[in-house]
Amino acid sequence: MAEFVMPSLGADMSAGVLAKWRVALGDRVAKGDIIAEVETDKGLIEVEVFEAGVVESFLVQEGEKVPVGTVLAEIQTAPASAPAPVSAPVSAPGSIISAGASDLVLDGPLASPAVRRRAHELDVSLPSVRGTGEHGRITLDDLVGVGQRARSAPGARVRISPYARRVAMERGIDISRLSGSGPGGAIQASDVLSVTAHPASAAVSPAERMQRAIAAAMTRANDEIPHYYVEQSIDMANAIAWLRETNASVSVSERLVSGVLVLRAVALALRKHKSLNATWQGPEPVPSAEIHVGLAVSLRGGGLVAPALRNTDQGSLGELMVRMTDLVGRARAGTLRSSEMTSATITLTSLGERGVESVTPIIFPPQVAIVGCGATVERPWVVEGKVVPRPIMRVTLGADHRVSNGHQGSRFLTALDRLLQEPEKL
Amino acid sequence: MTSYRDAIRTALQTLLREDPRVFFMGEDVGRYGGPYAVSKGLLEEFGEDRVRDTPLCESTFVGAGIGAAIGGMRPIVEVMTVNFSLLALDQVVNNAAVMRHMSGGQFEVPIAVRMATGGGKQIAAQHSHSLENWYAHVPGIKVLAPATVQDAHDMLLAAVEDPDPVFIFEHQMLYGIEGPLDTESTPPSPWKAAIRRAGKDLSLIAYGGSVHKALTAADELEKEGLSAEVVDLRSLRPLDRETIIGSVSRTHRAVVIDEAWKTGSLASEVSAILAEEAFYELDAPVARVCTIEVPIPYAKHLEEAAIPQVDRIVEAARRSVVGG
Amino acid sequence: MTLDISRDHVLDLLRDMIRIRRLEEKSAELYAKQKIRGFLHLYIGEEAVGVGAMHALREDDNIVATYREHGQALVRGIPAGEIMAEMYGKSNGCSGGRGGSMHLFSAERRFYGGHAIVGGGLPIAVGLALADKMQGESRVTACFFGDGATDEGEFHESLNLAALWKLPVLFLCENNEYAMGTALHRHVSDQNIADNPPAYGVPADSVNGMDVVAVERAVHNEAELVRETGKPRFLELKTYRFRAHSMYDAELYRSKEEVEEHKKDDPIESLQRRALSDGLITEADIEQIEEDAAQEIADAVEFAEQGDWEPVEEIRRHTYARDLS
Repeated sequence: MAEFVMPSLGADMSAGVLAKWRVALGDRVAKGDIIAEVETDKGLIEVEVFEAGVVESFLVQEGEKVPVGTVLAEIQTAPASAPAPVSAPVSAPGSIISAGASDLVLDGPLASPAVRRRAHELDVSLPSVRGTGEHGRITLDDLVGVGQRARSAPGARVRISPYARRVAMERGIDISRLSGSGPGGAIQASDVLSVTAHPASAAVSPAERMQRAIAAAMTRANDEIPHYYVEQSIDMANAIAWLRETNASVSVSERLVSGVLVLRAVALALRKHKSLNATWQGPEPVPSAEIHVGLAVSLRGGGLVAPALRNTDQGSLGELMVRMTDLVGRARAGTLRSSEMTSATITLTSLGERGVESVTPIIFPPQVAIVGCGATVERPWVVEGKVVPRPIMRVTLGADHRVSNGHQGSRFLTALDRLLQEPEKL
Repeated sequence: MTSYRDAIRTALQTLLREDPRVFFMGEDVGRYGGPYAVSKGLLEEFGEDRVRDTPLCESTFVGAGIGAAIGGMRPIVEVMTVNFSLLALDQVVNNAAVMRHMSGGQFEVPIAVRMATGGGKQIAAQHSHSLENWYAHVPGIKVLAPATVQDAHDMLLAAVEDPDPVFIFEHQMLYGIEGPLDTESTPPSPWKAAIRRAGKDLSLIAYGGSVHKALTAADELEKEGLSAEVVDLRSLRPLDRETIIGSVSRTHRAVVIDEAWKTGSLASEVSAILAEEAFYELDAPVARVCTIEVPIPYAKHLEEAAIPQVDRIVEAARRSVVGG
Repeated sequence: MTLDISRDHVLDLLRDMIRIRRLEEKSAELYAKQKIRGFLHLYIGEEAVGVGAMHALREDDNIVATYREHGQALVRGIPAGEIMAEMYGKSNGCSGGRGGSMHLFSAERRFYGGHAIVGGGLPIAVGLALADKMQGESRVTACFFGDGATDEGEFHESLNLAALWKLPVLFLCENNEYAMGTALHRHVSDQNIADNPPAYGVPADSVNGMDVVAVERAVHNEAELVRETGKPRFLELKTYRFRAHSMYDAELYRSKEEVEEHKKDDPIESLQRRALSDGLITEADIEQIEEDAAQEIADAVEFAEQGDWEPVEEIRRHTYARDLS
């Protein structure tokens, strides 16, 4: 019997809502089938099952919010084959290790369930507390001072009846977002009971939620990861010439863009530079055997995702182009697969379209490196002693100094440069 | 249907007939037939030894009742009203309440004391007190407040049987009310509160003379679509915390009605119990409807304004539900 | 004047007075050492009253007393050890440690306390007598109180009620001339206290409370009259306390000379003098009594010292017949 658990779909996801089952009891599933849709801060995500077998039981109802790691269903695997070990989602350092479904706030300040409970008892709003723990984590001691201050500043409290507060806690409703119909605007039970079980979607826009999630992730990455940066200005003349030539002989739908060249080149360069193709699992960075480059895609409304193009180093460029287009399209439509959300081993962010010359990017945990590309710009360049105009693209590698060093990073970039000089070989 | 006063008389008769240890004394209980006509005919039936008119010496006749109880009798002492009982407070607090304790358990005081209480008849400041809370404050004694005809009867029987000193407060406005009286069935324990009317939106908690006002208020509130539960405390010491908390756990709102002054009142005690033990059930602050903090005035309209009436109860109930 | 009693009886009276005296002295010492706390009211000087009265009354009679009741309690038969343990607050005290010096009780000896409210015991005595009368008992309820109690309303109410209902109460007024720190002439308008009760129909008499033999005779006479008639009677016993009202009293209200003057009437010394001069007792007798008393008191202290403290978990006991919680 295998367990299908609520996956971690992002380093800062602590819980999710099982929005919809896509299978029924007794259905046979194969590895990779979409088994459910999970509502997260980043939107609705299709989740695949990693085992083959028959759906034996559902342990969580549609609409229920549960912490990451909660068993959602049981899959009766084929008796002949030994059940594959369930790969439990690994949480990177700095992610919220949270268990309580009664957490009032999904993302936001770092605080353990015990601290959250105490803050609730003291009627203290966590975002207002300055955490003195590791990585800005809020500790019980931090609450002591705030609790005392809060008591002398009654205006800071949420006015809510004890019964209403209890109902809100039981239902996982964030009281800071409610307005009250009681005396002096106090929140009464009726105000809480009229809110649906997913107050976040009613009260907060998805974009806002994503924004907060991104902010939290980036803050942590910036705080935790000792970044070093190396930069290379790459002459894209050969690449552009080759593209023009290749695209002339294919239909519009088959045309390649320079981005796919960079994508493939990054993937190939990583083959020889494993130190940049690893992810943190627990206390150790584990190099990945496969190369899945995450592509940073900006969404309408201000969101950002970086789904992985799995096995970016394989297949033809044409295939890669198709896959890339599809991925970007689905990213924008909000129909990414869970594996795409979690499996990137490095990220490529290209802001060339925006017109900036270079990017100094922040690594997406639990990865150990990120490549940022600026726009390809005509520049005066020295070739064989003469100053000539050339299309120059500035590429910046940001890498985790705990895993690699400037020497390794530089060699990666020079390898990338060399690969892009021979686009026909990509 | 029997009247409240007749129900008490019936109980007195039963006790005097069935238990030779029982005797009854107080001011004007014999020849006069009782200031509220409760003991009419008892002197004729039982004689001067068992039904005794006392001199006007509250302290000494209550103290004598205490001494007689220690000495093996089961005295029923009537103090005409709670207003006069103040003269006997020393005997109550320093003897009745503490005798068992001070003697290390050697002596007990199985005395039953009845007194009239409350205002509303324009008898003015010295004759209209509600001081049940002063008695309910003291460990060592027990306090009952019958609001119904049945309780007026049953509680006296229970009080005389009890080995501890029991004080029964009869609201003077209740002596004439009529109600059913069952002398056959085993009565319920007097130490428990009773739900006189079930409801779901709020709990009206009252005792004695205020219970009927609470019931009337509940009828009014019903017309407005509010379902009020009415809790009759019945026992003031010990208070039935279980029933009080149980009611508010269902309704999540409480309005406590008490004819005493609010400060240091039993209503305050009930509010504190709810705050301590039912905090997470409260959807609104506990409201107390009590007599305005003035000596009870003589003029009718002023007395009415001072003492809790149905309209104030309804108002407090509305505020507790609607809020804002 | 020679004593009109037997040697044995003199010895009994003397012994009991000395026992009380030594008990009280030891109590004072232990109070200073903080073994006994709260209030402590010593009977020193008044022994003749307690001893004479208790010898006159019957074992079956009821006793109601005040907070200055160690003497009556001891002679009534409550063991010195239980009295001492009670003052210590130990659970082997006669009131289980719950009462202390002012609230000595003994159900088996019909000793109904030990009352600390001046005048508060009189209605209780009336009630006990009422219960006896209604139950057909012929015992006397003896009620001790001081001159101060005659100021209280309850004194007058009790005389009136006892007379009206014809109750067998013997009112015993231990007039030691002071209501705490207020001299008699400053707190009663008619200093002949025995004048009052007849106004309520209660016959009254007076006796020298420093003469134990006179006290015994007077109390005996009164008690028998109460027993016979079933009606109340009043006896004033004129006495004097040699020590302060309680341990914490600077005695600013009387002069040392006055006290010394009264000490000439020390009941123990005067009985000893008379008994010796009458040849009823010898010095050796006195020595033996003193020795026995010393031993008795020492044993009492030991008993108290060895006693246990009542566990705090039991604190709710004795509030109601059954713990309500």
